[in-house]
Amino acid sequence: MRLSRKAIQVSNNPFPLPQVFPPQNDAKQLGVERLHKNSGWRLFLQTVIARAYPRIIGQQREKSWLFFDILLPLLSVCAFVFVYKAINAPEDYIGFVVIGGAMTAFWMNVLWSMSSQLYWEKEQGNLALFIITPTSMMAILLGMALGGLLATTLRALVIILLGSLFFNVQYAVTSFAQLFAVFIFTMIALYGLGMMSASLYLLLSREAWHISSLAQEPIYLFSGFYFPIKNFSFWISAAASIIPLTLGLDAMRQLVFKSGPSLGFLSVQVEIIILFILSIVFLIAAKLMLAHMEKLAIREGRLTENRR
Amino acid sequence: MQPTNPQTTNNNPSSISRSFRIATWLGWQIESNWTDPFLFAIYSIIKPLAGAVILVVMYSVITSGDFADPIFTYIYLGNAFYLYVGAVMSGISWAVLDDREHYKTLKYIYVAPINIPAYFIGRGVAKFLVGSISVFITIIFGVLFLHVDVDPATINWPLFLISLVIGIVMLAMMGLILAGISLLIVNHVWFIGDAVAGALFLFSGAIFPLEILPVWLRPIGYIIPISYWLELLRRSLVGEVAEAFPTFQNLSNPQLIGILLGLTIIFGIIARFLFRYCEHVAQERGLIDMVTNY
Repeated sequence: MRLSRKAIQVSNNPFPLPQVFPPQNDAKQLGVERLHKNSGWRLFLQTVIARAYPRIIGQQREKSWLFFDILLPLLSVCAFVFVYKAINAPEDYIGFVVIGGAMTAFWMNVLWSMSSQLYWEKEQGNLALFIITPTSMMAILLGMALGGLLATTLRALVIILLGSLFFNVQYAVTSFAQLFAVFIFTMIALYGLGMMSASLYLLLSREAWHISSLAQEPIYLFSGFYFPIKNFSFWISAAASIIPLTLGLDAMRQLVFKSGPSLGFLSVQVEIIILFILSIVFLIAAKLMLAHMEKLAIREGRLTENRR
Repeated sequence: MQPTNPQTTNNNPSSISRSFRIATWLGWQIESNWTDPFLFAIYSIIKPLAGAVILVVMYSVITSGDFADPIFTYIYLGNAFYLYVGAVMSGISWAVLDDREHYKTLKYIYVAPINIPAYFIGRGVAKFLVGSISVFITIIFGVLFLHVDVDPATINWPLFLISLVIGIVMLAMMGLILAGISLLIVNHVWFIGDAVAGALFLFSGAIFPLEILPVWLRPIGYIIPISYWLELLRRSLVGEVAEAFPTFQNLSNPQLIGILLGLTIIFGIIARFLFRYCEHVAQERGLIDMVTNY
């Protein structure tokens, strides 16, 4: 078959995007098949993978970020360990700091790369593109969460490994199954919280940066990143438990350190149940809030607002 | 008619002073006008106070609340004054990223008739002011609620003021060095200030005496000017607490001031030449207006 010059140009195009084609009949005349488009759960899954991809692959391309994301929490871990050494704390407290320091990586990831992410996307002009694509915003958020979770887990493991080696931390794991359950539910609840707060950030502008910055040290304090929360009063600990890392860390300490059970806030079983409930509540709340906030942001014209 | 040499024009005292003043005003606007003054005050207080309370709770858990021990005052004051390090040093280097990547104005600043180092130092002043409020509130909180034994009547005020001023100048010079390096690194190097501040936090004996560090790491603490600065501040505020720790026991106050001053001058010379070099390389490589969208 002899092709026209236009057909040759199109068939030689290495990036045959569907929108360059005329209606299907013309496309058939040109001898080119229409690109298949997924919908429903396939599109949802495809979106999740597509959004998770830059979180995992992109970080490999910027090695310095990887290095500093591990180094910064490790410096804090070392500083707090030396404070405990200076005041002659029991050895297990050094392990508490190492585990707590590793978990800060997750909180930082949720805060700066989940909650604030839609604000960054707005700043760079991507948010409007996300909204007009024929896919679910929940899938985009879920992709961000999964990608961030995987990448951060690797960093947290490196922090635990290095911290344990530097300070010779002794672990005494009582139940790997419970430890796994605690970690999984903590992460689902934590990233669910991140997805929920991401929708709130849709309405924010410059203040988003400062709010994220403000949510660091106070959360480190009340979630007991470096000490058992049992030392607070019951009601302060209970209120702090709304942040999944509070109960997650408390349960992990109880499961991996000898003195952990005596310093626990609640029993591990109860903490697992609460974390499970928090996981469901935050994921449902994220879906509802996202739908509401998206409508509100569109109505108030804040999706493309850029107040630096 | 002779053409004006911009370099000479921008290096005269009036240009330096004008650049510094305007940058200070601009920095303050950027730092504070994102919300109303009340919320800004709350924000400025809560963050550093939470950081201090983490240490207080850690100490209290282990010692059952024995705040009378000199180590507590040592830790508390070191942590409080270290807020200046993050504020001044990171504040100056952060201005490079802010202007280049966020506001995309660095190229316009370079073509304006201003002194660039003075501009960046001026941008750090706003964070210094916010940091000063945080340091003040943290110390007052410690004195009122945690038995931190700072008595205004016994403070060695001349030593305190001299140490504070030299220390702030030293931090500004370190910030300028980081600003120069930031000019050469693209990909939104937000972490550079935090990484350096974090490393100095660990090695300067801010929240624990240097003797706690492993022997092979201690020499790092002895070459960092911040170690001497914090020791001078502790000696001026709570002399008997500083004497309880052997780190700098062999050095008198004038000797410590001499070391701090000497290191500040050395850092000042390095900052001047390194910043100029980095600036030149950044211009040669076209990095002044580099936006990486990270």
